[in-house]
Amino acid sequence: MSADSAQSGGLAITGLVKRYGTVEAVAGIDLEIQRGEFLTLLGPSGSGKTTLLMMIAGFQDATAGDILLDGRSIVATPAEKRNFGMVFQGYALFPHMSVRDNIGYALSVRKRPRREIAGRVEEMIDLVQLQGMEDRLPAQLSGGQQQRVALARALAFAPPVLLLDEPLGALDRKLRIEVQAQLKDLHERVGTTFIYVTHDQEEALSMSDRVVIMQSGRIEQVGTPQELYSRPRTRFAATFLGKSNFLHRDGRVWALRPEKIDLHVGSSGDDRTTGKILSQTYFGSVLNYRVETTEFGVLEVDVDAWRGGAALRPGTVVSIGWHDEAVVPLED
Amino acid sequence: MQTLRRLNLHPGWWLVLPFLLVVMGMFLGPILNILWLSVTLPEPGLDNYAALFESEPLRRMLWTTLRICLITTVMSVILGYSIAYAMMHASGANRNWMISLLLVTFWISVLVRTFSWLMLLGRNGPVNNALMGAGLVSEPVEFMRNELGVLIGMVHYMIPYAVLPILASMQNIDNRVIAASRNLGAGGAQTFWRIYLPLTRPGIVAGAILVFILSLGFFVTPAILGGGRVLMVAEYISVQVLITLRWGTAAMLAVLLLGGVLALMFILSRLIPLSQVFGGARR
Repeated sequence: MSADSAQSGGLAITGLVKRYGTVEAVAGIDLEIQRGEFLTLLGPSGSGKTTLLMMIAGFQDATAGDILLDGRSIVATPAEKRNFGMVFQGYALFPHMSVRDNIGYALSVRKRPRREIAGRVEEMIDLVQLQGMEDRLPAQLSGGQQQRVALARALAFAPPVLLLDEPLGALDRKLRIEVQAQLKDLHERVGTTFIYVTHDQEEALSMSDRVVIMQSGRIEQVGTPQELYSRPRTRFAATFLGKSNFLHRDGRVWALRPEKIDLHVGSSGDDRTTGKILSQTYFGSVLNYRVETTEFGVLEVDVDAWRGGAALRPGTVVSIGWHDEAVVPLED
Repeated sequence: MQTLRRLNLHPGWWLVLPFLLVVMGMFLGPILNILWLSVTLPEPGLDNYAALFESEPLRRMLWTTLRICLITTVMSVILGYSIAYAMMHASGANRNWMISLLLVTFWISVLVRTFSWLMLLGRNGPVNNALMGAGLVSEPVEFMRNELGVLIGMVHYMIPYAVLPILASMQNIDNRVIAASRNLGAGGAQTFWRIYLPLTRPGIVAGAILVFILSLGFFVTPAILGGGRVLMVAEYISVQVLITLRWGTAAMLAVLLLGGVLALMFILSRLIPLSQVFGGARR
């Protein structure tokens, strides 16, 4: 392969807009994506994340703006000339072709020699651990195996950028967590830039180098998972990534994560307020309380279940406190 | 088989039974009778079937039938595929128009359509007049009363039967699969030959077999547009029954035709559910 994926794959998106009639699906996006980065576009349905991905892939034209790959504009390049790998929602494997032919397709349409294709296919089969499945048709594979074939097919021609459109949506929860780890591991091994679209915050947090939170066609906030979780800038970012309480103080809104609140019976020095437990819900590792406080309304509090001892009954009067850095001012 | 089992199980079948008996008696009876005639007339034995290998006119006629049916099938499928493809890629309103126009041809009697061709393409028809007027030909082109005429008429009649199963198979294609092919670097032509065409193959096969079956027994169009010069099996049978009164030969050919059609139907049913073929574009 001539294209060494470690040497390219940096993307710059400037002022990108996609308009359908009067609706702006993508309303002006500026984004730098480093080569080799695992970047996640996270947002609810209708946030424009999939449209943005399709524009990067070349399946949607841009109404305005530009997309640069390693400094060269690709906004007018047709999809088949962009050389971006893509894993589609539902995988979109070729149903009439064997696993081998699916994976070799990109090289075969590039008219590479037969021996090179066979060698590369074998390499990819090893990479995604599908040994022994080469001659099966997609319909004869499980969902997880199909997902791996889709990955191998998209990576076979060593693209500088791999686009993934909710690739885990069709898998059950247990398998999804397993595949998340595999994907992250794969990313580290191949060094390709990954752009990953999902509405699942857990996937976004666990795999990404950086996460882009999108809403209504705009970028709400960009940052590492830690930055986004600990310093959300807007109310939307605070609720879409994790849970949050909102405190109104000094004419501002502040975010406060439920697990950063201390809750105990009786009082201690640094209490902020007192309250009465409304309800409790058990989640295995965490006990969640809804507490009616005197100053801040109803607050959600998460307590480590193993540390909390016996669950407090509704009606119990408790004291509530938090560290100063636990509250984050929002921009709203 | 299923019918018999349910006959015992469900009382509803008793209501249907009288009609079933009538149909069986009026339909299967005559068919069995023909089978019987083919081995007893003019005298008991397999002489009628032996004629298949001995009689030159009979062999020529069967070859003509086969050739015309094959050409009709190939032409109808190619044209039908193009029409179905155009329908798939037309806008909503245009597609509805195209489907309506296609269905309209179903409602027009085959006789009317055949005579229309006779007038359009006849020696003094508008097509020949235009060609002569433009100086392209010095005398009228013989479109009719030959194999070309039969082919034109038959292809025209058969195209909708090719379009519907092909359209159904095109509608089953996931657009993302096509997008995936482009994303992997295949241009339009490559995507068509390597992905689109193979995925529509069930529709092509179903359409081809359907057209072939219908063409085999076609009577009106070959008889009128062939002008007696292009003899296909259905017309041959009619001549044996009505004019030369060789019922044994006619019965033998009818059995041959029926056997061929049933065999093709069997193959078709293996490839694609029959309800999908006759239900056309509906899913």
